[in-house]
Amino acid sequence: MSSLNLQANFSDADAFFAALADLHREGDERKSERINARLILILANHIGEQAILLEAMRIAAQVTTTDE
Amino acid sequence: MVSTYVNPVYAFQHSADQIANPPAHHRVIIVGGGPTGLYCALDLAKQGIPTVVLDEDTTVSYGSRALCFSKRTLEILDRVGCGQSMVNKGVTWQLGKVFFHERQVYEFNLLPEPGHQRPAFINIQQYYPEEFLVNRIQDFPEIDLRWHSKVTQVKKIGDLVEVSVNTPEGDYRMTCDYVLVADGANSPIRESLGLHSTGQIFNDTFLIADILMKADFPTERWFWFDPPFHPGQSVLLHKQPDGCWRIDFQLGPNADRQVWRDPDKVRPLVQAMLGDDIEFEFEWLSVYSFRCRRMDYFIHEDRILFVGDSAHQVSPFGARGANGALQSAENLIWKLSRVLKQQAPAALLKTYDQERSQGADENILNSTRATDFITPKNRVTRLFRDTVLELAEQQPFARPLVNSGRLSVPCTYEKSVLSTPDLVADQFPKMLCPGSSCKDAPVQALNAAHNAEPWLLQQLGDRFVLLIDGRALATEALAALKQVQDLEIVVIADQIQANYTTLKDSAGLVTERYDLQPGTAYLIRPDQHVAARWRQVQADKVLAALQRALGKEWV
Repeated sequence: MSSLNLQANFSDADAFFAALADLHREGDERKSERINARLILILANHIGEQAILLEAMRIAAQVTTTDE
Repeated sequence: MVSTYVNPVYAFQHSADQIANPPAHHRVIIVGGGPTGLYCALDLAKQGIPTVVLDEDTTVSYGSRALCFSKRTLEILDRVGCGQSMVNKGVTWQLGKVFFHERQVYEFNLLPEPGHQRPAFINIQQYYPEEFLVNRIQDFPEIDLRWHSKVTQVKKIGDLVEVSVNTPEGDYRMTCDYVLVADGANSPIRESLGLHSTGQIFNDTFLIADILMKADFPTERWFWFDPPFHPGQSVLLHKQPDGCWRIDFQLGPNADRQVWRDPDKVRPLVQAMLGDDIEFEFEWLSVYSFRCRRMDYFIHEDRILFVGDSAHQVSPFGARGANGALQSAENLIWKLSRVLKQQAPAALLKTYDQERSQGADENILNSTRATDFITPKNRVTRLFRDTVLELAEQQPFARPLVNSGRLSVPCTYEKSVLSTPDLVADQFPKMLCPGSSCKDAPVQALNAAHNAEPWLLQQLGDRFVLLIDGRALATEALAALKQVQDLEIVVIADQIQANYTTLKDSAGLVTERYDLQPGTAYLIRPDQHVAARWRQVQADKVLAALQRALGKEWV
């Protein structure tokens, strides 16, 4: 079983972020939420392995910013 | 308003126990004459143990209640002679459809594998199985079924349990060695003993509308998420016998229960769902909410045994209530009867709690997950739920996430102390590992068999069976094992094997499903679960596994 890769792994980090921003450029938050939900489900299925998904969710839930 | 079924009325009958002094003593008293209590009485009677069954009412279930009965439940009921009545009366279904808004997003087929006597599921109103069980009880004089007899107190006194009963002719007391408490989810006896069933309460209210209609809907399970005729909620449509349909409407957390019991209030909702031109009549209306909960321990003071809904309760999604209850009942009775006959130590009963805790936890987990999918708890979980449903229509990967109830499957007690692990060298497949419930297959009995039915499962149960592939018989070992009490040797072979019950594997499916090789043997418990298996029979190994399965090795 492989583990969650937390090393930089993007083939083109800037291009990825630009595409992500484009996806949400319209500014309709409800629409953006639905796109994000679809995106999470599509990527989660691609990963598949429950242990890796749980590890990713654990890290995602560790909020460290001061405004939350 | 039920028009297709008339509840039988069972009269109160005087019992000599009412005036017995000192109080009459029985080996087993059963509190509650629902499916669980009635089944327990029959299974104990088959083991030669008499019982007294006490029910406060004078009839079977009012209204349809439990609806969906699984293959495993039918097999359990077969052991007490009620499976065929269930199948004859019940509606067999295998296709389920899931709708989101106005569109079908997904369908599933329970695709029956050929070569099993019983279908995956049947739908039948709960009053039918109860009536079948009551009728069957008439064949067993050792069962004393007393109606209109409300148990008011259960109390352990020394090694006995005292049971107090209230009847139209006054109160009386009895004592027993063991009492089975099968008085339902709200179990007055459990509460009176200061015991509790704890878990999750769900706030959503649901409405069951049983309706009669002439329209010819297919025999399928239809589940709607957020349909146009009932926005924001879920709806389940299921066929029952007698031209009757069960519609289950989610009403949300703030529904007024009284209002939704009024047919005039429900009628427009049903009409909107079926379409204006469909005529229907109401058969039964019931408003309910549910809990997923269990007792921490199903056995109180060694002799007060909780079974069925009194011990563990689940949401209806997945048909795990009555099906789980009967699996628990079956698990308890083969153990209790052997303890009573002094063939096993009393500690064997602890494994009822252990094995059925596993069953209850599996059922609660699955039904809680289904409930959380059906009734999302906040805006974001609803967003994910709706997104799954949207994706499911086009993207097959999303379909396994759609959860309108994961249907009841039998428990595998692989880690149970009663199961003997496989020898690595035997190289068995995972399928039918020790702890599994046995799979059915067609067989032909070549000599006097347990049961005339040409099915493997009908040949198993009630006692331990050593099922052996007859292509290589360890004759000496078998001769020794043949003398063992409570163990029958059953040989799979094409020709009669002298001295042994012989079954012909008429479709080759026993060999396939049990991965039989010449000499392969399975030790099968009285509840048709695998206790142990080997590629070659050795008498000492079989005896050790038998001792282990009876709780003698680890106490």
